[in-house]
Amino acid sequence: MANLLELKNVSKVYSRGLLSRVSTTALNNVSLTLDSQQPTVMTVAGESGSGKTTLAMLLLGFIAPTSGQILYKGQDIHTLRGEDRMMFRREVQAVFQDPFAVFNPFYTVDHLLSVPIQRFKLAKSKSEARDKMVEALTAVGLRPGDVLGRFPHQLSGGQRQRINVARALMLRPKLLVADEPVSMVDASLRANILETLGRLQKDYGVSIIYITHDLTTAYHVAKSIVVLYRGSVMEAGDVDTVIKSPQHPYTRLLIESIPWPDINRRWGKTEIKTKERKLGGYSLTGDEENVLQAMIKAKEMELGDNSVGCRFSARCPFVMDKCSQDPPLFQLNDHQAASCYLHEGNSVIAPERLSELLPV
Amino acid sequence: MSSPKTMKDSVVLQVKNLQVSYYTDAGRARALDGVDLTLSAGEKLGLVGESGSGKSTMALAMMRMIKPPGRIEGGEVIVDGVDLITISDEEMLKARLSKIAYIPQGAMNSLNPVIRIGAQMMDAIKAHQDQSTSDWVSSAEMEKRCKQALESVDLKSNVFKMYAHELSGGMKQRVCIAISILLRPKVIIADEPTSALDVVTQRQVMETIDRVQDQIGAAVILIGHDMGLMAQFVDKVAVMYAGRLMELSNVREMFTDPKHPYAQALIRSLPNLENKGVFNGIPGMAPALLQLPGGCAFHPRCPRVMEICKKQRPEPTTLPGGRIVECYLYPATA
Amino acid sequence: MASITLTQPEIYRPSRLTLLLGYLRRNTGLAIGLFILLVLVVFTVYGLATADLSDAYPLSVKSKQPPSLEYPLGTDFFGRDLYVAMVVGLKQTATIGFLAGAIGTFIGVVLGFVSAYFGGWLDLGIKSICQILTPIPALLIQVIIAGSLDKRDVTIYTMAFVVVLLAWMGPTLVIRAQVLTMKERQFVSVAKLSGMGDLGIIFGEILPNLLPFIAAAFVNQVFIAVYASFFLAVLGLGPLREPLLGNTIWAAQTQSAFFNNWWWWPVFPAVALVLILGSLAFINMGLDELANPRIRRAE
Repeated sequence: MANLLELKNVSKVYSRGLLSRVSTTALNNVSLTLDSQQPTVMTVAGESGSGKTTLAMLLLGFIAPTSGQILYKGQDIHTLRGEDRMMFRREVQAVFQDPFAVFNPFYTVDHLLSVPIQRFKLAKSKSEARDKMVEALTAVGLRPGDVLGRFPHQLSGGQRQRINVARALMLRPKLLVADEPVSMVDASLRANILETLGRLQKDYGVSIIYITHDLTTAYHVAKSIVVLYRGSVMEAGDVDTVIKSPQHPYTRLLIESIPWPDINRRWGKTEIKTKERKLGGYSLTGDEENVLQAMIKAKEMELGDNSVGCRFSARCPFVMDKCSQDPPLFQLNDHQAASCYLHEGNSVIAPERLSELLPV
Repeated sequence: MSSPKTMKDSVVLQVKNLQVSYYTDAGRARALDGVDLTLSAGEKLGLVGESGSGKSTMALAMMRMIKPPGRIEGGEVIVDGVDLITISDEEMLKARLSKIAYIPQGAMNSLNPVIRIGAQMMDAIKAHQDQSTSDWVSSAEMEKRCKQALESVDLKSNVFKMYAHELSGGMKQRVCIAISILLRPKVIIADEPTSALDVVTQRQVMETIDRVQDQIGAAVILIGHDMGLMAQFVDKVAVMYAGRLMELSNVREMFTDPKHPYAQALIRSLPNLENKGVFNGIPGMAPALLQLPGGCAFHPRCPRVMEICKKQRPEPTTLPGGRIVECYLYPATA
Repeated sequence: MASITLTQPEIYRPSRLTLLLGYLRRNTGLAIGLFILLVLVVFTVYGLATADLSDAYPLSVKSKQPPSLEYPLGTDFFGRDLYVAMVVGLKQTATIGFLAGAIGTFIGVVLGFVSAYFGGWLDLGIKSICQILTPIPALLIQVIIAGSLDKRDVTIYTMAFVVVLLAWMGPTLVIRAQVLTMKERQFVSVAKLSGMGDLGIIFGEILPNLLPFIAAAFVNQVFIAVYASFFLAVLGLGPLREPLLGNTIWAAQTQSAFFNNWWWWPVFPAVALVLILGSLAFINMGLDELANPRIRRAE
């Protein structure tokens, strides 16, 4: 019985130019596994340029990897044909970031829902199709009468995004790739959408890959987390552990920079109770504020594509000589791994086995 | 470096009963329906609201940049003693950037790609030159001022000679901040200045705004919908809904003890490290500005609605400590 | 979580007619163009229905008569009733215009879509051919072709064909450019996720959004066709028997109409031509605005 989805040493490199080829590594040797028996919510966190969008495009089969394989139920997705390909399309769906861009402005919003029903033969008659649409819309908290028959520009952003999520609900996919589903939605509506996504996983057994740069929402929805930076995995593990006790300098920087909506947790006066683990001589004591400022300032430098070595080394205040070699993933405990020489004392875990650390 | 206590007492901005409407084919949308605000030098105000709440319209109205079919229909915007609504177009041109500056959303994309940064900054100063008065400065002096501005936002002065595409997103945004402080305005309005930036750059940009504001003693209005940013940055928070100001409190009170039901719901819906897995959305939807509900705009979604809320819009009440709430739960003592 | 769904109060939605008229008021170009076109169409239809069409041909009526009640536009040297000639001429100009326009647009749509959607060598080939042919002075080539045809072979239809020959590249490149942008739009990705195949996407998703562009391209093609046919006819290269507007002017010129004080002969066709081209130009302008969402004011 094959895994639902497997990324095996997937890399994606873009090259430009005719004579002097300039290449950018969008994704570097990433391996992930999703078990079909245990649907989970995994978050892939990173800023722009981290490779998270590339990952989404690869998962959906819109682009092909430069090396490595993407397997769906044991089969390489780019070799799927006919029935199998339709099956793949049916079972792997997405919710995108921009609530407006997914709608074809020529049609009413019904079109978004009716097309997959028709193509995947989800209903035997028009009335059955309409029933399905009504059921899905109601489940996300919309009144079908307010929404069906309207054009996308006549609805609010929140309504549109809810329709997107309703579409996902209706299709009951096995895997849902959610690419920043709430970043363009008002704060008061985010809870609703995130809750629906959570329900999809709990009640309908859908595995969700939640791609975002906003760690606050990721924390709420996900069970496991993979932190990407410029195409490489920096840290991965159980979401509680990683966010409350980040071990990679980059993750630490991210967590510290989050504007928590909490008066008592202002920047520069962080009281995040992180367990200061002394592992292999590493501890983030000392003047944390200066360290952070140094890291923030270091971003200014024009960074070329240093495909050799740790991607973060140019900005890292803990950089050592050995960082010019790509650090492997060091396993820190049962649910956490970081790709950083600061943790050299720990055992190395091969990228292919990373998913064993990610809880479901 | 903190601003001296005395400066905080001088009021630099007073908005009184500002009203803006948009006239569309489908009717009249009241984007701002009587908003009052006061701001002192060195103060930071956060203007929060969801889409359609009127916060961006507020910024545009204060800069008198509302275009048809929108129209400013009433109210005053007094900056440094001058009512910007009533002055002539020419005087308003001069007032922009010198008295009140605006950093629009996606400002980094508003830098001219074919002109060097320095030239754009000089253009801004030159536009406010008046050779007949003593305000006139030499080119060399202008350049010096520009480079000083760049340094105050933590950019090297060689950025002066660069083009916009050579800079990263965060750097471009800081250039926009530098431009906004060139003429030492009294009020700076930043409309979602960090929306397209990643979290680390966001922090840097916000800390930059904080620092330059201290240096020139301006008042800052930060417009956005990210309550997290507000908690980190501002002194006072104003919550807008359907073109009206629902509550104005200082930041600590807003987060620990909000008074208006909408503000309460907003605070409750925020995710934080303690409430994992708990989702508190606000049921219902914001009303269409074309057809606002009668009475209090929030009453259809309010968990504590009363009969009177449906009939008549509440008057703003001032609570102890200078807090303002527009809600019948806190009736004005006659 | 109990979903509290509350009523959205009914917003006053104006009727389609109101929106249309309101739009026309703002888009004056389109309004003027459509109005002139309407006038011409009514004129032609009325004429076709009421007049004796054989009067448009020589030796039908008294010749060289100035405009009067009996002959509203006068008659010419050859004994044609110029009013009837005008009516028939307008109809024939319209035929050439629409025929050539439709063929040109059709070729443009098909080649543009194929080129943009499938890319690769096909795109390279089609694009290159278009770009090579475009700078060729079409009118000169058309003159040469028309001039070398046997006079008896020249009919309205051969004229349309000659005109189309060098006009199809424009719409092809325009449509290609539009499809290239459209296919990157996210709703196309979603359509793929919904199981749509390439053909479905082309006809179902992209084509409907391009209707304003296709309409604009069509009007443009009609304009070019009418202009080219007029050009050829004035030079005497048209089907000489037919009362095409250009032919009438050519005939008037060969008979030195102005010197003989038969001013009405060339003047009315010229005015008619200005009206036709003018209305097409206005409509084209108006459609440009419709197609370009940035210029267009939101409702």
